[in-house]
Amino acid sequence: MNVVLWGVFPYLAIATLVGGTIWRYRYDQFGWTTRSSQLYESRLLRIGSPLFHIGLLFVIGGHIGGLVIPESWTDTAGITETQYHVVALTLGILAGICTLGGIAILIYRRRRTGPVFMATTKNDKLMYVVLTLAIVLGLWVSVYSAFQGPDGHNYRETVSPWFRSLFVLHPDVDAMAAAPTEFHIHVLTGLVLFAIFPFTRLVHAFTAPVHYLFRPYVVYRSRDARPTPGASAPRRGWDPVGTRDRQTTRR
Amino acid sequence: MRVMAQVAMVMNLDKCIGCHTCSVTCKQAWTNRAGVEYVWFNNVETRPGQGYPRRYEDQEQWRGGWHLNKRGRLELRTGSRAKRLMTIFASPVQPKLEDYYEPWTYDYEKLVDAPLGDDFPVARPKSLITGEDTKISWSANWDDDLGGAHELGHLDPIVEKVRRESEDKIRFELEKTFMFYLPRICEHCLNPSCMASCPSGAIYKRAEDGIVLVDQDRCRGWRQCITGCPYKKVYFNHKTGKAEKCTFCYPRIEVGLPTICAETCVGRLRYIGVFLYDADRVTEAASVADEKDLYEAQLDLMLDPEDPAVVAAAREQDVPQDWIDAARRSPVYALAKTYRVALPLHPEYRTMPMVWYVPPLSPVVDLLREQGHDAEDHGNLFGAIDALRIPVEYLAELFTAGDTALVTGVLKKLAAMRSYMRGITMGDGAREEVAASVGMTGQAMYAMYRLLAIAKYDDRYVIPKAHEERGHELEELGCSLNFDEGPGMYESGAFGEASGRPVPVAVETFHALRQRQTSDGIAPADSMRGRVNLLNWDGNGTPPGLFPDHRDQPTSTVPGPDGQVPGDALPEGSS
Repeated sequence: MNVVLWGVFPYLAIATLVGGTIWRYRYDQFGWTTRSSQLYESRLLRIGSPLFHIGLLFVIGGHIGGLVIPESWTDTAGITETQYHVVALTLGILAGICTLGGIAILIYRRRRTGPVFMATTKNDKLMYVVLTLAIVLGLWVSVYSAFQGPDGHNYRETVSPWFRSLFVLHPDVDAMAAAPTEFHIHVLTGLVLFAIFPFTRLVHAFTAPVHYLFRPYVVYRSRDARPTPGASAPRRGWDPVGTRDRQTTRR
Repeated sequence: MRVMAQVAMVMNLDKCIGCHTCSVTCKQAWTNRAGVEYVWFNNVETRPGQGYPRRYEDQEQWRGGWHLNKRGRLELRTGSRAKRLMTIFASPVQPKLEDYYEPWTYDYEKLVDAPLGDDFPVARPKSLITGEDTKISWSANWDDDLGGAHELGHLDPIVEKVRRESEDKIRFELEKTFMFYLPRICEHCLNPSCMASCPSGAIYKRAEDGIVLVDQDRCRGWRQCITGCPYKKVYFNHKTGKAEKCTFCYPRIEVGLPTICAETCVGRLRYIGVFLYDADRVTEAASVADEKDLYEAQLDLMLDPEDPAVVAAAREQDVPQDWIDAARRSPVYALAKTYRVALPLHPEYRTMPMVWYVPPLSPVVDLLREQGHDAEDHGNLFGAIDALRIPVEYLAELFTAGDTALVTGVLKKLAAMRSYMRGITMGDGAREEVAASVGMTGQAMYAMYRLLAIAKYDDRYVIPKAHEERGHELEELGCSLNFDEGPGMYESGAFGEASGRPVPVAVETFHALRQRQTSDGIAPADSMRGRVNLLNWDGNGTPPGLFPDHRDQPTSTVPGPDGQVPGDALPEGSS
């Protein structure tokens, strides 16, 4: 069981993430968008969305710091276990609350604003469930660790070595199995999120427009440029007139 | 000097009767789809009026276009690139649907389905956004023909500005009010701020004709372009999550036809032609310190196609000869630069817009006639322009960043043209001094009259085709429909091979054809992209691609026991 959960499933999730992203990038350029609903509702979005996204950036940064940097490195740098955990948990909980608060506002908005709810697909709903679950569990794990104090579980001796060992293709299943159940559930939800990531609207994160800082303002392009692979072809005939969402079949 | 060609438009506002034919035909051609119900690539505004979206010209609120920053450098009004990326999670200045209007339809079914009763059934308006009953309270041209102007007219940002500067010159009392129509499309700017704001780099300017387009496959829906465009002519398709904008009907332009809006304009007030411009100096021109110099700076960018140096540079930079010829005959060049009667819309946005307007003169003529003056006499006309019912200040805020002298100059030219032509038609002869009074020759005045008044289709629309020397690229290499699964391939026809769109004429390149005809074996099929032209088949073997591939099952054309060819029996739903 442990081998399946911590030795096989992570690779399946990563394979789906990578393969799915490549596939989507090649075949669904047209569907690759933020699908913004700001046109329908702006007031709540302008609070919730930055809160969620900026919180999330810190959360991601924290995960990278906690999972990738081995404990021995911080020890060498002279940071004690207690110091590390106080800082990590404080920042982590703070960022987690921002993220959770943000997504709570966004979900409330999505449910309560008519047009926004109508533009919500089944795919979105599934994604929201998994994403929220991952955030809630992550926050729960942090709070739980914080209450346990310095004697509590040190994930940098279990989860982090396992995480790093995944990348050398020699998963340290036992280390992960030794972690408490709360961590297990959080990690599993995270893996599920990775697996569905390429098939949801979350893909917009992969095309974060950092290159904007470096490109010229005015873009000239020749008419005869070859279509990019994965470019969506115009369909034959006319698009149906009317609003598809009015009908019972939602996307 | 980097010479580039730009397809541009001039609209003669004197002729616009506000019939909205251009808007309707454009809507039918481009935005009659779900997600863009509220979108009008072409709209006609009554001025004074708030416009569409409401008050879009108030850049203090909407932050569109460029300005000069504290160091005098050209910068987007929304700030630096980093600042825009920081605020990308919820675009701070974004028009809401209410700023356009909530699109609706009517519950027409009720009219037929309602049970028999004493009351007439009513088709209620239903919102296309929520599907609920709705109360229609605004639309793209709600204040058409000054509807509600005495209440809403003061909300026009230009009216506000002119009032501030000239102490209540604009009134909406019936006897003092004025109006004219302003049809608007995307300006296809030389220095587009939508493009500069696009984080993904999805908006581009076509190098051949300067048309500004949104690459639907690269747009990620960040919506910065909507903030960036001061004319608010980039729209968000709320179904696809992508930006859409006026395309200058590029599929028509490429084959030498005018845009839909121009083609269907009943007033024949639109002119389409080519400018040659110096792409290297665009930023410099857009950065001039005084806003009132922007018009001249923009005009300076437009190169004289008769100048041998310009022609030589254009040839060097692969501008095709027929485009250079078209630039020589260009009606837009004539109106904008030769006669200088066409003005850009809001040059103070520093985007170098490429849709130009001949300001309206008509009301002044009617006014003079009513007052018992000789309305066509140039002396009377000139005097009346300053007391014009449409205040020159208002026109100047629209077209010259507030420089009234420029607008007056243009109106005087138009007035002189009437006077001059009247002399000719009344048998008084051509009076050269009328033309000279506005710095023109009689000959030029007559040519301008022909262009403005009686120009035929071919004079109004001088549109060189997309270049034919490159035609082969469209046929065999560059056709955007010819990639796998694209409709340009046989396979994708709805009814099997060879159904669907006509195949381009040059099915094969010359070399592939020769190789096929002279080789003993089967010619390599990779250059043929899976197509086979049986007329050229030498009978050797079975060229790959002769039979369609069946992806579902291994190819077998032997009839099964039931006499059916397995390939024919498609699984359910696969067609």
